[in-house]
Amino acid sequence: MGEQRAAVVGVGQTQHRSARKDVSIAGLLREAAVEALEDAGMTWKDIDAVVIGKAPDMFEGVAMPELYLADALGAVGKPMMRVHTAGSVGGSTTIVASKLITSGVHRRVLTVAYEKQSESNATWGLSVAMPFQAPLVAGAGGFFAPLIRAYIARSGAPSHIGHLVSVKDRRAALRNPKAHLHIPDIDLKMVEESFMLWEPIRYLDTCPSSDGAMAMVIGDEKVGDASAAPAWIHGMAMRSEPTMFARRDQVNPQAGKDCAADLYQQAGITHPRKDLDMAEVYVPFSWYEPMWLENLGFCADGDGWKLTEAGATAPDGDIPWNPSGGVLSSNPIGASGMIRFGEAAQQVRRRAGDYQVEMKTGRAMGHAYGGGSQFFSMWIVGDKKPA
Amino acid sequence: MRDVAVVSYAASAVAKDTNRNEVEIIVPVLREAIEGAGIPRKEIGFVCSGSLDYLFGGPFAFVAGVDAVGAWPPIRESHVEMDAAWALYEAWIAIQTGEVDSALVYGFSKGSLGDVSEVMTLQTDPYYTVPLWPTMPDMAALQARAYLEESGRDERDLAEVAARAQRNGKSNPHAVRAGDASADDLLKQPVTYDPLRDSDMFPVSDGATAVVIAADDVARRWCKRPAWIRGIEHRIEAHGLGVRDLASSESTRSSGAAAGVGSGSVDVAELHAQFSHEELILRDALGLGDDVDVNPSGGALAANVIMAAGLSRIGEVASRISAGSANRGVAHATSGPCLQQNLVCVLEGE
Repeated sequence: MGEQRAAVVGVGQTQHRSARKDVSIAGLLREAAVEALEDAGMTWKDIDAVVIGKAPDMFEGVAMPELYLADALGAVGKPMMRVHTAGSVGGSTTIVASKLITSGVHRRVLTVAYEKQSESNATWGLSVAMPFQAPLVAGAGGFFAPLIRAYIARSGAPSHIGHLVSVKDRRAALRNPKAHLHIPDIDLKMVEESFMLWEPIRYLDTCPSSDGAMAMVIGDEKVGDASAAPAWIHGMAMRSEPTMFARRDQVNPQAGKDCAADLYQQAGITHPRKDLDMAEVYVPFSWYEPMWLENLGFCADGDGWKLTEAGATAPDGDIPWNPSGGVLSSNPIGASGMIRFGEAAQQVRRRAGDYQVEMKTGRAMGHAYGGGSQFFSMWIVGDKKPA
Repeated sequence: MRDVAVVSYAASAVAKDTNRNEVEIIVPVLREAIEGAGIPRKEIGFVCSGSLDYLFGGPFAFVAGVDAVGAWPPIRESHVEMDAAWALYEAWIAIQTGEVDSALVYGFSKGSLGDVSEVMTLQTDPYYTVPLWPTMPDMAALQARAYLEESGRDERDLAEVAARAQRNGKSNPHAVRAGDASADDLLKQPVTYDPLRDSDMFPVSDGATAVVIAADDVARRWCKRPAWIRGIEHRIEAHGLGVRDLASSESTRSSGAAAGVGSGSVDVAELHAQFSHEELILRDALGLGDDVDVNPSGGALAANVIMAAGLSRIGEVASRISAGSANRGVAHATSGPCLQQNLVCVLEGE
């Protein structure tokens, strides 16, 4: 953490849908940004700088979209940046924006992350055949399915664990009016009977393809002090490792472990399952909940699936994961990481509405990952100022 | 604010690098910058890059960069889909937080893979502008015409900028375009995008740029004469060409003022002018007099590796300060159609 404290003082989020045909790309971002500004009690004029993030430009066909979006986001005459770190981008964008505060350079920063996936086909956009590279052309699910199979083989997890996560997160989404997917009668049987996409990932074990945006206003200590409901930043960390090399453990990546260790050290966390009240974690395929439970140190290696099976990660469990419904219920890719960071902040601010979980320590974690499980960004926010 | 300096700079550029992919282009430039800094690679606290998927021809151009960096054990790393000058800004911010003391910054692209002019059209408003498909030189020509009419300058002024860029390019080992053509020679060439000639437009380039920056004592330990960043600021303007004054660059002016360009004499300036008229607009915006040595490297008219060329401007100024041939300089980077977004960095010797 930098010398200056920083806090989330405004959060805004769009209605997520498979196709938001009622708004332009700029209109989608404004929907989230205006809500965040209103929540912060600010106007465009109060903002010093704007930081946006999204996944590949090819998803919408707009190169370097900060240029086109400058007017819509009130950035004219101000500094504006655009971050791109694959699926972790929503988290890393939040961190870049927050560091503009913790560095002491700015006082109030607006950050927005988005994806309007209905403009294209995300699977195609992720899997372009490149010259001189082994063609994957499998989309994200095709890439991650073998890693999930490796996890199952390693941990001995029973085959229904992934489906339990699907049911849990989809049921949670029923309390979140902004979630993309609302499946009222979701149950284990429905997930088990949905068709197989990439063994062992069934249709209902995957995230949807969404149009959506998330925005936050982050302020310095004075701005946080003046806020009725600040979420103070207790730690922020990012780590990257290469896509492929012989010694790489793609199932339980070192970059994720290192990132979490750095984060916990900053925030003084020794037992994440006890020291945190909840976490919003990037789980685009259901099996990634038990995998990340282990990678993030919420339990010992091999035990992640046991927490899921015991209901520990349910909204009423001892460490709720993704009470908003998570990535499995809304996935505008570039925004998904920032939604995790923002939902953690909303829990800390007691602003999570019908999916508010019980807060004891007052601290929550947001997490995002991307690429071939190689880019990580995480933060911890709390209802009290960090020591 | 912590004192941060550029301690090393390396670049490469050729018109068309047929035999190497992006990783192969980046690796030697990173090595040269890191060895030039002397800092052991593992001690570099942060890595940040700039690249563009649409020039790479696929998603995640920056992942190629991560492979080139050799990110093992895992590193603190980030990426902007912007010119790498903004990656340097992000790295400068990271150092200001006190979490790291040094950073490696790089940018790269292969402009030769496609038609750069048409690819960059995708930067414009997707609903109202892209369907008209104005190319980069189409839009630049509109700005050049607006500038000539408002300033009273003429095509000879443009040709003189172009001729000096080519002449200066002769001393730059990475110049893609260099030569002894005079302004008179260039004026005999046909106008391609009225009032611009080919010599008024950047040459398509493939390559990479890398810079190492470091704070305080770390910079002093590894560099005999660090080029200290005294100010670094950037601003964006409205997107639509019809709603801003194309004959001037307000965001360059305000960035320059905030970065403190006018608070001392300027020995050297490297301006990211991809078209001749842009150099004149930028000089006006920064208040640079005739005594300032502008674009001694030849600038972007000599070599323009998109996504790296802005960072190269910072590196070119810094290397002259570190070499002792200049004491105070101004570097500029731009992004977007007709100078929409601009960054200004003031560098100074001890």
